[in-house]
Order: sequence, then structure tokens, then C-alpha cells
Amino acid sequence: MRMKYVLSEVLVGLWRNVTMTIAMIITLAVSLFMLGASGLLYQKVGDMKDLYYENVEVSIFLDAEVTPEQRDGLDAKLKSDPLVKEVFYVNKEEAYKRFQEMYQDAPDLVNAVKADQLPESFRLKLVNPEQYKNIYDQYRDTEGVDEIVDQSRLLDKVFGVLTGIQNFALAIAVVMAVAALLLVANTIQVAAYSKRREVAVMKLVGASNWFIQAPFVLEAVVAGLIGSIFGLAALAALKVAAAGGSLAALEGLITPISWADIILTFPLMAAVGGLVSAVTAWVTLRFYLRV
Amino acid sequence: MIQLEQVTKTYPKASRPSLDNVSVSIEKGEFVFFIGPSGSGKSTIIKLLLHEVTPNKGRVIVNSKDVTSMRSWKRPHFRRSIGCVFQDFRLLPNRTAYENVAFALEVIGKTKAVARRVVPEVLELVGLGGKEHRYPHELSGGEQQRVAVARAFVNRPLILLADEPTGNLDPDTSIEIMRLLDRINRTGTTVVMVTHDSNIVNQMRRRVIEIESGRIVRDQARGVYG
Repeated sequence: MRMKYVLSEVLVGLWRNVTMTIAMIITLAVSLFMLGASGLLYQKVGDMKDLYYENVEVSIFLDAEVTPEQRDGLDAKLKSDPLVKEVFYVNKEEAYKRFQEMYQDAPDLVNAVKADQLPESFRLKLVNPEQYKNIYDQYRDTEGVDEIVDQSRLLDKVFGVLTGIQNFALAIAVVMAVAALLLVANTIQVAAYSKRREVAVMKLVGASNWFIQAPFVLEAVVAGLIGSIFGLAALAALKVAAAGGSLAALEGLITPISWADIILTFPLMAAVGGLVSAVTAWVTLRFYLRV
Repeated sequence: MIQLEQVTKTYPKASRPSLDNVSVSIEKGEFVFFIGPSGSGKSTIIKLLLHEVTPNKGRVIVNSKDVTSMRSWKRPHFRRSIGCVFQDFRLLPNRTAYENVAFALEVIGKTKAVARRVVPEVLELVGLGGKEHRYPHELSGGEQQRVAVARAFVNRPLILLADEPTGNLDPDTSIEIMRLLDRINRTGTTVVMVTHDSNIVNQMRRRVIEIESGRIVRDQARGVYG
């Protein structure tokens, strides 16, 4: 009976102030959507870092007029360098093959470049990719070296952008969460006011505190859970839009986000949505009802 | 049953105490009037007994429980042993007489079956048999106060507190309510009533404690309003 009473009070409470309830759910949904997106990005960036940094190379491109002696000297020096884990040599033909592969979607570009226009290079894997600077300083002025390129620098830029997006999503999530919190607090106050007579009688006859508070707290929790469901729907919509739309171009760069990843963010969103709403409602009641 | 031991209560921002070193002892089954002018501190006594406020000094003991040191989470359970009636009835306007009384039972965990058995009984006792399904606005002031008394008594409390229960009623109706409270008192329930209705005090001839400016100025066994 008591459970039934509490549940019917929750539904009546949400319905009584339905415009406020909708506002509360929308803000919660946006906030949780941003939180979910930020969580997914965080996870993806982590995955991608593992994947990319493992394969990262430092390329030492050679001058077009490099002599075989200079090349062999550099090769020997690199092979004995303790900072270098692996070295392999890419000659002009191989460089052209790689180039063709990389730009197979752009035949015009491939046709415009002749095989001997691409420089020879040494490709290095470092024992510790962070020590790029040492390699750079050491080999920059070596005879026959044209340019030293560190792929991890490029990756840093890409990850910088992704982390920026992630932080931006997180910031929006926080701002929206503050708005949602205030709305929850306000809704609970209105609900408590409209039930002030019942609450006064309940306090008078000795109803337990949890019994007085439960309908209000559950009202907030239900709103939080509905909000997280809408947030999940928004994430799913984003994935569908990304797969079919303008973001498809990024597919190769960003490891794809699977449905499992999205479903797995739901517990996070639901827990945060439910918990934050519950705590807000409870604190509001502490001040407002003094029970 | 009820003991105030040298109780002083000063509300924040008040210039003088509402109760100043008050000591009272009330036995089980007594019927006690607290009288005095407005602002004398009578209602503060009710609030102290309900653990709505705590004294600055002294001890309040109700049902052999020290209310002064009671933790607030114990208050709900403590209140179930006390019934309460007010001048403004405090009924829920959207519930019938029956539902108002049943509500008080259900929110402390009694089942609907218990309510179905007990509520008609207590409504009969207060003289509202046949009017169970009226809403408060369909009842007269006296009848509304009877519902409030039924609600306060349905849980068979050891103590019934009444804060000016006849304040909104005409003299004839007031006397009917007093008869009802007297009947409840005869079941063994201790009744503490705050009033400034001299007629009623004079007719009842019960213990009268007079308070003025927070001090007891008179405590008389079969007193009159004075």
C-alpha cells in the first residue's frame, strides 16, 4: 500500500507541474547527452592514442643529391644509436608506392607526381617516442639530411583538437547541469508547497522522514532517468547522423563508435542523472521542509 | 507523564524569554488548562511538548522520554504517542472526513484494512456517524473540529494536546467539543489544553495553570479563569 501511495504521488507530482517537468527533463537530457558524448570521446581518444602512438615513426628525409657514402654513414650511425629501436630505409620506388597507396582516391595527384620526385628516407621507431627532440638535434645538421618529421607531432595536434572538443562538451554538460539542478530544486519547492498541508499533517502525526521525502525525491529521480533516456537517444541520433552524413569523412581518422560503446554510456548517464537529481531534491527538502 | 523542569525558552531575536524558568508536573490522566493573555508563552509549551522547539535551559520530559536531548530523527516516532488539535482544524480540504482520519493512519504505516476497521469507530465516537464522506467545506466548524479530534485520537495517543481548540467556534459548539475532550480524558488520555476561553475553563472546573509573561502565576487544582 505504501509503495503504491508513494508511486502515485510521484506521478501526480510530475503531472501537476508538467511544463516545469518538461523543462527539467530537457535540461537534464542535454546535460547528460553532453556528458555521455564527452565520456565517449575520452574513451575514444584513449583508444586512438594507444593505437597511433604504437605505430608512430620519425622520418628522416634525405636530400635529392645525397651521396651513397652519406647515406651509408647515416644508416650505420642510426643503427648504433641507443635511442633508436628500429630503422628501415625507404628508397624512391618504395616511397612512390606508399604515396600511391595513400592517395589512391586522388588519381590526379598521383599522376602528377613522378617516382623520382619523392625523396628517399629513413623511417625510425624510437625506444621512447618522447625523445624525438634529441634525435632531431642530433641529425638535423648531418650531411645529406633534408628534413626530419615526427608523426607524433601531427598526432598531438589531432588529439589536441579532440581533447578540446571533449572539454567543450564537458563544459556544456556542467553548465547545463547547473541549470538542471536549479530547475530540479525549483520543481521540488513548488511540489512541496502544493503539498504543504499534507506535509504538515504528516509531520504532526509522526510520519517518518523518509516517507515524507520519498515522493519528492523519487519525482526528481524519475525526471533524471527520463532525461538520461533522452540523452541516450540523442547520442544514438548523433551516431546515425555521423554514419550517414558529413562526419563520415572522419571515419578513417577516428576509430568508429560502436553501438555497444553508446549503450555502455547509459549506466553512467542514468546514474549521474538519477543521483544528482536525488541529492538536489533531498537537499532542497532539508532546507524547505526542515524534516 | 509530562514534566517541565526549570524550562527557559527564548526565541532568537526576542527581547525577553517566552518561558522563564517554568516547572510543571502533569500526571497521567489529568486534564490541564494553560491560560493567559496572548503572547504569555502558552503556545510555546505545546511546541516544547511536540519537540517542535527545544528549550534553552531546563528539561522537558514527555512519556518518560527526555525530549530535550532527543535526536530529530526520533521525533516522528515520538509524535505518534501524542495527538494534536488546533484552532484552525488543519484538515486536508480535498479529502473527506473518513479520508482525513485514515490519512493520519496510513502515513504512519497502518494498512487500509486497519483504517477501515478503526476510522468509522472513532468517527462514531466523536459524533460524526453518517457524515464520513462529507468534505470539510460541507461540515460546520464544530464538525470540522470533531474530525480533527478524531484524527488526533485515532491512534490512541497517551497525550492529547489542544491549542485553543474552541477559538474559532461559537459558545454552544465549544461546549460540545469540550464534552468530547472530557470523554477522551475519561478513557485515560492526558489532555493538555491551551485556551483563553474563560467560559469553558469556569464550567469544566479542572486544573488551571495561569501563565503571564513566561512565568507561572497560578496553579490551581479545580480552578476558574480568575
